[in-house]
Amino acid sequence: MGDIILVNDLTKFYGPTLAVDHVSFEVKGGEVFGFLGPNGAGKTTTIRMIVGLTQPSSGMAWIDGHDVTKEPVEVKKTIGLVPETSNLYGELTALENLIYQAELYGVPRKERRVRALDLLDEFGLKEHQEKPFQKLSRGLKRRLTIAAALIHHPKILFLDEPTTGLDVMSARGLRKLILDSKKKGLTIFLTTHYIPEAESLCDRIAIIVQGKIRIIDTPENIKSQVKETEILEIRLDYLPEDLKGLLLSLDGIEKILIDENRIRFHTKSLDQVISPIIKSLEDRGARIQSINTLSPSLEDSFVRITGLDSELMKIDKPIKGGPES
Amino acid sequence: MILPCHCEAKPKQSLIWTQMKEEIKKSYFIAKKDMGTYYLKPPLISWGLMLPIVFVFAFYFRNPMGIKEVVPGLIGLTLLFSCTSMAAIVITFEKRIGALERLLLAPLNFRTILLGKTLGSTLFGLMVAVFITLILIPLMGLHVKHFWAFIFIFVFSGLAFSLLGILISVGVKEVFEAMTMSNFFRFPMIFLCGVFFPVPSMPFPLPILSYLLPLTYTVDGLKHSLLGDKGMIPLSLDLLILLAFVILLFSLSLFIFKKRIRQEF
Repeated sequence: MGDIILVNDLTKFYGPTLAVDHVSFEVKGGEVFGFLGPNGAGKTTTIRMIVGLTQPSSGMAWIDGHDVTKEPVEVKKTIGLVPETSNLYGELTALENLIYQAELYGVPRKERRVRALDLLDEFGLKEHQEKPFQKLSRGLKRRLTIAAALIHHPKILFLDEPTTGLDVMSARGLRKLILDSKKKGLTIFLTTHYIPEAESLCDRIAIIVQGKIRIIDTPENIKSQVKETEILEIRLDYLPEDLKGLLLSLDGIEKILIDENRIRFHTKSLDQVISPIIKSLEDRGARIQSINTLSPSLEDSFVRITGLDSELMKIDKPIKGGPES
Repeated sequence: MILPCHCEAKPKQSLIWTQMKEEIKKSYFIAKKDMGTYYLKPPLISWGLMLPIVFVFAFYFRNPMGIKEVVPGLIGLTLLFSCTSMAAIVITFEKRIGALERLLLAPLNFRTILLGKTLGSTLFGLMVAVFITLILIPLMGLHVKHFWAFIFIFVFSGLAFSLLGILISVGVKEVFEAMTMSNFFRFPMIFLCGVFFPVPSMPFPLPILSYLLPLTYTVDGLKHSLLGDKGMIPLSLDLLILLAFVILLFSLSLFIFKKRIRQEF
């Protein structure tokens, strides 16, 4: 399938601050395309420019052949957007919300109720259809917001941080729904700051940092960027103090990541570093519980490409207050 | 890069008509939803009815013989207060809670959104004002002259007042600012628009202010209809000026709404 989203040199300034810096990419029909980056990287601003909610400072974008700045109404007929905050109408029930969305999107009168009921069924919300939106749990609100974005059978679904703030089970269920939608031929554009989420859902990923795209490729190809690096993981019974500085002074070690009693060494010459590492640990009185070699993950590639600490990606944006969140 | 063309070869006139029908239909859906979620709620209905009832009693106890003379003004005030009650905060409020974004995401242009918001408020205002009118007219032994003009005075005034509220709503950032602004406009109108004192008898320069406010023409038009042509300018001119207010306030609200959304989103 050809390109369904085309973005050329899109830029956004907020006053003197450059939020999105000459971003260009294309999304193929039927793929799941992910925008991966830390909070404040420019993901939401980019999405909002593409769907016509925010005016770009410069650059252009087309959706299914329509210029987003010149034909915003045509663009909005083609897409469904699920914003980061579930913002349906609190006083309306789940069913009323879907029917209202169907009305706004011009769904024929006879089909509105049928489509709404089908979506409630598909998204596991049938038993909640008469509950006001404000009375639903965060996970159910998220599901209903996605269902509302699908009521007019869009070609592209935009999901802005779809699982932020959800519990593990809700997030897992939502990821399954996203993959099911992809199987039905929907093109999905999602933004996330969860690296594993991007890896498990996306056909291609664009890594964006400080408004600039650093790389666009498949998760496999991005991981292969650090293929020459090997990772040694050692688990200790306890972590001696000042160990990191000592180990970094050893030759051949590029980087050390410490997580509780687990140490990860990034190296290009595993054979040469393994003995000095073990000796240093034993000299400091640490007892080794396990040793493993690992393949580089997307997280490792992300760290290598962006130079950012991957811990930064685990920080959620504060969730907006109010009854609609 | 060659982009696909989505132009359809429909005759221009039929396309415009289809688009207009579609816009009106979607505005109606917005108005219907607003009526259900905001307007038809006990606090708003009781506030809409309370104000004219309090005024009627206050005036009746002061001057029982002269109450007939202020009925057009009381109906005008009822329309003003019920049309602006929610209109003045609806867009600011929806912007605050993120619900306006849903409308901006839907395939609607700014005009349709504004029309929907205006219609919801106007329908509510008309309902309250008609209810009060149906009580006051037989109670005071009044008769309606120029029936169709009477109806159009109601409709044009309802639209103009709602749009005045909408103009405030799109122009400010916070709900409390909207409420302050709406009172800043509404309360002087009680005294300046001929509700209790005839405009020509006001000291200079107050009549100049009066002629700039839409309620003046509502009250004048209603005086023609209910008090036997006691208006100060011809009824047709009242109607024309009110229509001009509707067009002007809609254009101004649309301009500010577009500008604000582009600044804030």
